[in-house]
Amino acid sequence: MSNHFKILRPGINSTFQDLGRFGLQHLGIAPSGCMDRSLFSLSNKLVGNKVSEGALEFAYQGPLLELVGESAFVAVSGKVNFNIINKNNKIKQGAPNESFILSNGDKIDILSTINSVYGYLSIFGGFKLDETKGSVSTLVRAKIGPNNGDKLKIDEKIFFNTSSADLKTKKFEFDFDSDNTIRVMQGLQFDYFSKKSQEDFFSKEYKVTKLTDRMGMRLDGEKLENVISKNIKSEGITKGSVQTPGDGQPIILLSDHPTIGGYPKIANVITADYDKLVQKIPGSKLKFKLVDLGVAESAFQDYIKKLNFF
Amino acid sequence: MLKKISNIGDCGITCDFGDGVDKKTNKEVIKLFNFIQESVKNKKIKGILNYTPSYNKLIINFDLGEVKSGEVIEFIKSNDYSKTVFSEKSKLVEIPICYDEEFALDIKRLEEKTKLNFNEIVKEHLNTDFFVYMIGFVPGQPFLGDLKKNLYHDRLDTPRVKINKGSVGIVEKFCTIYTFESPGGWNIIGKTPLDLFNIKKREASMLSPGDLVKFKSVKKKDLLTFKNE
Repeated sequence: MSNHFKILRPGINSTFQDLGRFGLQHLGIAPSGCMDRSLFSLSNKLVGNKVSEGALEFAYQGPLLELVGESAFVAVSGKVNFNIINKNNKIKQGAPNESFILSNGDKIDILSTINSVYGYLSIFGGFKLDETKGSVSTLVRAKIGPNNGDKLKIDEKIFFNTSSADLKTKKFEFDFDSDNTIRVMQGLQFDYFSKKSQEDFFSKEYKVTKLTDRMGMRLDGEKLENVISKNIKSEGITKGSVQTPGDGQPIILLSDHPTIGGYPKIANVITADYDKLVQKIPGSKLKFKLVDLGVAESAFQDYIKKLNFF
Repeated sequence: MLKKISNIGDCGITCDFGDGVDKKTNKEVIKLFNFIQESVKNKKIKGILNYTPSYNKLIINFDLGEVKSGEVIEFIKSNDYSKTVFSEKSKLVEIPICYDEEFALDIKRLEEKTKLNFNEIVKEHLNTDFFVYMIGFVPGQPFLGDLKKNLYHDRLDTPRVKINKGSVGIVEKFCTIYTFESPGGWNIIGKTPLDLFNIKKREASMLSPGDLVKFKSVKKKDLLTFKNE
């Protein structure tokens, strides 16, 4: 049997992801892909993979995996509490954002993300995954992607490519942005909302609720009053759109978003702040700041610089 | 006609063709959609990730690391895509449908509203030359039009929690086919055994925006022997 991980516990929402599956939204296929591109890139870089290599994404509680076979060179990125349990059941605290070697029989127990949602596990050489339409991202809702388009399940095996190379461990001090301000641009239907609601949206706090997953983040705060129409003719959806249904509570659409939708959008989160947004746990109080395209584009340049620095 | 281009955040634009929800407007949307798709294929423009047509808009998403909104807008404005021949891209697809009462869940509701009887409703539906306005919400789900006015009806007041895959529903002038089991509020008139979506196929979705559709009535017993390719 070739080298693999045995899944002893799958975790809450563990899926394989890469940078996303594109060019198919007109057929109803959402991009999916990693939620936090910074951490996804980091875990790949720590083990010397190309940044687009498929990684294992986990949310809150991650998996418990046992290595069967030769050693593996891996990294866990994020603010993550995890242990390495060796053959003799000796437990060692794991260090995130640092590459390390796992030996045959070692278990990696990803207990939880700390005050954040997503983390990643990468392995040197990459996981053995079949591409679907050019990507190994998983879209669970449509059963598209590796593992029959599903989350990890107990007792399954995860195969990976073994490669021999000069394995140099790397370490990175990753700083999470603890600030809760999310920069947005005006949405297509910004004018549908009352003057007061437009002001409220940029001055009041909106709380992240538990109704949050890879598809969307439901917020709770001052009701946004729609003065024109509670529905629009269905139109294509863009990641980061803040749509507001009739009940006036905004929903931010995330990587597994529906491809088209008919609710008015008050704002769009800028690309540079998306990673920060998706890591906010339920109960976090967000503040939205209005910026223009110029600011968003230059913020993206800074974001990419940071990414390239890993 | 393309009325306005606006930004959607920093990595998307919307091309707005006005308020109309009709074939004429949608054909303009799909002309631009075809043009963008071709341009991406022929590497005339870089960084385009998705191009999603709907009734009266085309939304284009791009990789901000490759191309900026200003360049995408300039590309659209500087090209005369109106010459794209529309019919070249569209195909006619025949879709089998079984109107048996087991599947036509809302036929009574429709009979009451339209004052037509079951056979008349079926006949009207079969006689309609449908056009694919858009595909989405879930993979492969088509939104077809236009039904004749006498078949128009609203959504159900309370959507069903579960609608079976293959169910065919109508609302106002539109007809849809559920490609996955899902909740929904459309008036269900029948079921197709045809798999409109299969991710394993080269063309995952049988239909594309701009295609033409004609329904063909099949008997309940035919559903058992129907084979998807």
